[in-house]
Amino acid sequence: MDLDPDDVFRDDEDDPDNELYLERESTKELLVYLVDASPKMFSTTSLAADQKDETHFHIALSCISQSLKTRIINSSYDEVAICFFNTREKKNLLDINGVFIFNVAEREFLDRPTARLIKEFDCVEERFTKEIGSQYGIVSGTRENSLYNALWVAQALLRKGSAKTADKRILLFTNEDDPFGNIKGATKIDMTRTTLQRAKDAQDLGISIEILPLSWPDEEFNVSLFYADLIGLQGDDLAQFFPSTVEKLQDMKDQLRKRMFKKRIVKRITFSIANGLSIELNSYALIRPALPGAITWLDSVSNRPLKTERSFLCSDTGALLLEPPKRYQSYKNENITFSAEELSEIKRVTTGNLHLLGFKPLSCLKDHHNLRPSTFVFPSDEEVIGSTCIFIALHRSMLRLKRFALAFYGSSSRPQLVALIAQDEIISHGGQIEPPGMHMIHLPYSEDIRHVEEVYSYSNGATPKATDDQIMKAAALMKRIDFKDFSVCQFSNPALQRHYAVLQALALEELDIPETNDETLPDEEGMSRPRVVSALEEFKLSVYGDNDDVESELVDNGKASETSKKRKAIAENAVKECANFDWDDLADSGKLKDLTVVELKFYLTAHKLPVGGKKEALISRILTHMGK
Amino acid sequence: MARNRETLLLLLDVGPSMHKVLPEVEKVCSMLVEKKLVYHKSDQVGIILFGTEDTKNELTREVGGYEHVVVLQDTKVVDGDLVEALQQLPLGTFNGDFLDAIIVGMDILIKKFGETDKKKKRLCLITNALSPVKDPFEGTKEGQVITIAEQLVRHGMGMESIVVREGLNGSATKRIMDENDHLLNIFAKKTSAKLVYVESPTSLLGALRTRNISPVTIFRGDLELSSKMKIKVWVYKKTSEEKFPTLKKYSDKAPPTDKFATHEVKVDYEYKSVEDPSRVVPPEERIKGYRYGPQVVPIAPSEWDAVKFKPEKSVKLLGFTNASNILRHYYMKDANVFIADPGNTRAILAVSALARAMKEENKVAIVRCVWRQGQGNVIVGVLTPNVSDKENIPDSFNFNVLPFVEDVREFQFPSFNNFPASWQPNEQQQEAADDLVKLLDLAPSGKEEALQPEFTPNPVLQRFYHHLDLKSKHPDAAIPPLDETLKRITEPNPELFSLNKSAIDAFRRSFELKDNPKLKKSTRRILREKTSGSNMGKGYADISVQSLNSIENTSAVKIEKIGDLNPVQDFETMMSRRDGPEWIGKAIKDMKNKIFDLVEDSYEGDNYPKALECLVALRKGCILEQEPKQFNDFLHHLCKFCREKNLNSFCEFLTSKELALISKTEAIDSEVSDDEARSFLVKSDTKIE
Repeated sequence: MDLDPDDVFRDDEDDPDNELYLERESTKELLVYLVDASPKMFSTTSLAADQKDETHFHIALSCISQSLKTRIINSSYDEVAICFFNTREKKNLLDINGVFIFNVAEREFLDRPTARLIKEFDCVEERFTKEIGSQYGIVSGTRENSLYNALWVAQALLRKGSAKTADKRILLFTNEDDPFGNIKGATKIDMTRTTLQRAKDAQDLGISIEILPLSWPDEEFNVSLFYADLIGLQGDDLAQFFPSTVEKLQDMKDQLRKRMFKKRIVKRITFSIANGLSIELNSYALIRPALPGAITWLDSVSNRPLKTERSFLCSDTGALLLEPPKRYQSYKNENITFSAEELSEIKRVTTGNLHLLGFKPLSCLKDHHNLRPSTFVFPSDEEVIGSTCIFIALHRSMLRLKRFALAFYGSSSRPQLVALIAQDEIISHGGQIEPPGMHMIHLPYSEDIRHVEEVYSYSNGATPKATDDQIMKAAALMKRIDFKDFSVCQFSNPALQRHYAVLQALALEELDIPETNDETLPDEEGMSRPRVVSALEEFKLSVYGDNDDVESELVDNGKASETSKKRKAIAENAVKECANFDWDDLADSGKLKDLTVVELKFYLTAHKLPVGGKKEALISRILTHMGK
Repeated sequence: MARNRETLLLLLDVGPSMHKVLPEVEKVCSMLVEKKLVYHKSDQVGIILFGTEDTKNELTREVGGYEHVVVLQDTKVVDGDLVEALQQLPLGTFNGDFLDAIIVGMDILIKKFGETDKKKKRLCLITNALSPVKDPFEGTKEGQVITIAEQLVRHGMGMESIVVREGLNGSATKRIMDENDHLLNIFAKKTSAKLVYVESPTSLLGALRTRNISPVTIFRGDLELSSKMKIKVWVYKKTSEEKFPTLKKYSDKAPPTDKFATHEVKVDYEYKSVEDPSRVVPPEERIKGYRYGPQVVPIAPSEWDAVKFKPEKSVKLLGFTNASNILRHYYMKDANVFIADPGNTRAILAVSALARAMKEENKVAIVRCVWRQGQGNVIVGVLTPNVSDKENIPDSFNFNVLPFVEDVREFQFPSFNNFPASWQPNEQQQEAADDLVKLLDLAPSGKEEALQPEFTPNPVLQRFYHHLDLKSKHPDAAIPPLDETLKRITEPNPELFSLNKSAIDAFRRSFELKDNPKLKKSTRRILREKTSGSNMGKGYADISVQSLNSIENTSAVKIEKIGDLNPVQDFETMMSRRDGPEWIGKAIKDMKNKIFDLVEDSYEGDNYPKALECLVALRKGCILEQEPKQFNDFLHHLCKFCREKNLNSFCEFLTSKELALISKTEAIDSEVSDDEARSFLVKSDTKIE
C-alpha cells in the first residue's frame, strides 16, 4: 500500500519503507477516561485575578479532546470510553447511580474514536448541566459510593479484549484528594476499603489506573491522603509520579497532556561498553515526522475498500512467479545474482548491539552530521541490574566533560555510527521539558557527505568576506528580530492541520471546511515595527550599498551560467519552430495528437508553460492555454 | 548518459615508504572502479604509478627525465581488468616524485582531449609526500608548481590529493615534508584542488570520493529577511544517505539457452473488490480514501486539489534565537547547505556578515521554507553559521529541519535524582566513569580525530562491492569477512582499549552488574539454545519455543510462577488453579524450565534430588492432566541435553531412581509401551558407551 501518493509530505529523498518511519504498534490501547464531575470540579473561586475563568472540569475536557484528536490520527485502533462520575443522571451497562458514559451514535461505549465523537465531545460542556448534571455522589448518610461505581463501570468496560494484546488503562481526572473526607467513622473505613479493593481487583486483571490530579496553585493535591493507596504507590515513587504543585494552569495542562500517552519502547538495546561489560537500554522514538495516514483504495461506486494483490511476472516467459528469491545487479555486462540470505549476511557487519568506540568533545559533532531523527535511550534494570547506575555515571561524566560517546549501532537495516549525547534533565514550572537520558544521533558516512561549498571555491584568490562593520550591523539586526524563548516545537504543521481539517469535515459530511491557521508565517506586524525596519535598512545599506537592485541584475546577467544560456537558446529555438505550425488549425481539427511530443513541446516552451507529463497531458495543456 | 562522463587518472605512489598502506590504496581504488562499473559505466580511468623500479611514459621518450613513473594503464572505459590491475599494484623501489607524476598525467589528458574539450577531467594523487621533489632546470620549485597549477586550471582539470601520514616516518626529514606540504598547498589554492591529510588506514578508505554525484540545487531564490531585504541563495543537500544499491528481482524461468533473456521480473498490482475477489476493479473505478479513525473518507484528486494546503515557494526568515534554544537532537533529517549565489558578490557579503554575526553572538536563525511551487507542505528549520576558515571558500549556512508539534512525543521520564540510592553512582564510581570518558579519547590533541564522519566509509557498501566483484569471477564466491581496516569502524579499537586497560578494568571493578534473578536463567538458555540449535533435533527446537513462550507469559502475567523455594508445591498449586485453562500449560512449562535450571546449576550433583522431586511431580501432573507427550518429550530432551553438556551423572542418577517415561497404561494418549517406558533410560545409557 502506498503511503501518501501525492508526495505531499515527502521531500525528494524520503524513504517510506524505512523502519524508522514505519513504526508498527504491536499492541493497542483500551482506555477509559474517568472524569470527576462533582460540583467541586466546576468551582472557579480560587483563581488568581489575572487568569481566565477556567474550571477544572473544562481543563480536563479540553485535555481529553486534544488527546482524542491526536489519537484518531496516530493510533486510531485504540479504543476509548469517556465516563463521568458524580453525575445526576446515569447511563452505564450496570445501571448504577452517579456514573454517566458519554457516547455518540454508531459507536459502542468502548470503541475507536470517531469524527462524530470528537465533534460532539467538544460541545459536551454546554449541554452538561442539562443532560448529565453534576451532583456529589458520596454523601454521608447514604451508602452510595460514586468512585467505587465509576471504577466498577470502567472495569466492566475494559473486560473487552485480552490483556495480552492490549494495554488497558483508566485515567482518572479529579481535584478531590480525599473523596471520603466528609464521611465519618466505620462507614468511611468501610468505603475506603471497598474502593481500594475494587481498584486492586481491576489491577489484578491487568488494568492500570492512573490519577491525573487537578489542583489550584495555592492548594496542593495531596496524593498520600487516599490515591497513593489506590494506585499502589509508595515512598520514592510518589515523588516521581507527582511533580510538585503547579503555578500556572497552562503548566498543569502541559503536565496532563504528557501523561496521557503511554511510553512505548521501540527497542531494547544492549550497550556493550568494554570487554564484555554490557548494560541494558530502552530506546524511545520521541521525535518522528507525523505523516497523514496511509491511503486506501476504494471502489468509487460503493466506497468499499479494495484488496490490493501483487503478482510477479517473468518478463521473458510471462510466467507467474512466486516472490522471486533472488536479486541481481548488472555488473560488467553480467547479471550477478544474490540470495536474500547473502544480502542480509553482507549487511550484518556486527551483532545487533550498540558498541562503544570511545568519546569525543562535543565540538566534533558538526551541524551537518545528521541523517534522520534521533532516538532517545534510557537505562533499564529489568534484565541486568546495575545498568542504570553505570548509565548515570557515564551520563554525568559526559555532561561534565562536555563529550559525547561514539558508538557503532549494528541494526539490520543500516548499521551505522551513532553519537550518544547526554542530555540533562530540564525542568521548568510546567514540569519536565527535557527528560534526562541520551540522544542517539545517526551519523553519516563519508559517502553521504557532499562537499558543495568546495565546488564554488574560488580558484584565484579570496572570496569576499564581511567587514567588521557589516558584521556589527548584522548583529544589531539579530538583536531586533530575536525570539526570546523559542521552543523547537511551537508550530503545528499547517499541511497536516489542513489535511485533518478536511478529513474531519468530509467524515462528518459538512460542507464548510474550516479555515486552518498557518502559524509558520513570519510575524509581519513585528517585522514592520520601526526599529526592526531601521535595523534592516542599515544592514542592507552596509552590505548592498545604495543602488542594490541595479547591481544584482548586472551581476546576474554578466555571469549567466552555461545552463541558463542553453535554456535561453532552447527557448529561442522553440519560438522559431513553433511558428512553423498553425496551432489553431491543428487544435480545431483535432490533429494535435498527430504531432510528436517534441513538436508539442515547442509550443509549450515558446509560451513558457510546463513541459512535463504524458502526451495527453501536453495536448490538454495546449488546449487549455488556447482557451479551447 | 554521456553528459557527465568523467575521465579520471589515478596517480599512485608505490615507493617503499608507501608499502604499508598499499593494501588500502588497492582497496579504495578498486572500489572506486567497481562503483563506476555500476553507476558510471562509460567513465574512463587510467593508472599512473610513481616510485617504481621501471620507467614507462611518453614524456620520458619525448623529452627525457620523468624516471620511475609508469603508466600502468592508459585511460580506458572502466572494466574488470582495471579492477584487477588495481588489486595487485606492484611494489616500487624508488622514492617517487609526485610532481613528475602530475606532469605525466596532465600530459596524457592534454594529448587526449586538447584544450577545448570540456569533458570532466580529474587527477587523483595518493602519496605520503615524504620524498623530495627534484629541482627544476630553471626557476624554483614553487614557480614550477604555479605553472602546472595554471595549466591545470586552463585545461579544466580537477585535482584531488590525499596525503597519507601515518605518524612520523624515520626516513623522512621534517624539512622535506614541510616543503612538499607547501607545494601541495599551492595546488589547493591555485586550482580548486582538494587536499586532505589522513593518518589511519581507515580514514584513507574514506578519503577518496568513490562516487561522483554532481550537486543539484533544491532551491534557488531569495532568502527573505523581510519583504524589503532579500539575499540570493542556492540550497543544496549537504548530507544524503548513499543507499545500498537497489537490486532487481531475478527470474530464472527463461531457458538457459536463451542468450537474450533479460531475467527481469515485472510486478503487477491488481485491485479487487472484497466481496467479489474475481472482479478486477479498473483504475477509473477506483478512488483514494484516507483513514480517519474507523472511517475511510473517499476524496477525488480534483476535490483534494481544491482544498489542500498550497503554500507559495519562498524561504522566509522568522527570527533569530539563542543557539542553546535548539538542542541538537531536534534535527530531523539530512542536512542542507545555504550558499550565497556564487555570481553575486553582495549576496556573498550579506551571507558572510550574517553568518559571522551569528557565530559571534551564538545565535541561530529560524526559517520557513517552501522549496518549490506546488510543494504541499512547509518546512521549518534552523540556519546555523558555517564560517569558512579557508580564504577561497565562501561562508555559508547549515540548514536542518526542525520538528512540528505533531512530530514530538512528550514522554515523561523519572528524574535520575529520584532513583533509589542503590542506583546512584558513588564518588569512586563517578571517578572511574570520568577516567573512562577522559581516556577513551578518539580526538586526542595533536592527532587525527578518529572515525570522523567525513573520512569513515560505509563498511556495508565496501563489503558489497567487494563481494560483487568476487562473484563476477566466481558466481559461488563466499561473502568475504569484514576487512580488518573496516573493523575499526564497527568494533572498538583494540590498541586504544589495551592502552587504557587499567582505566577500563577500574571501571569494571567499580560497578557490579548482575542478571535479574527473575529472568536470568530462562534468558540465558534461549541464547544458548539458539546458538547451538543448528544440530539439534526437532524436539529441541520445540522446547526452545516453549521456553520462549513461558518467558513471555511470566513477564506479561506476573501473578503466579514457580519459585525457587518450593517448586513442587508451586507447581501443584498452579496445576490446581481453575480460573483459566492456560495455567496448566504454564505450570508445565515453568516446571520444565525449573528442572533445567536445577540440573544445570548443580555442583557435583547437589541439586539432583531436588530435580528428581520436580520431575516426579511433573510426571504426576502430566498423567493427571493427560499430557503424557509433554513429559515424554521433555525427558528425551533433558537426557540429550545432559549428554551434550557432560552431565551424564544426572542420567545415571535418574536410572538409579527408576524414573520412566509415561506409558500407555498410565495415560491413554501416550505412544509409549510399558517396556519402552522402563527401558528408556537404560537404553540411552548404553548408547553412550
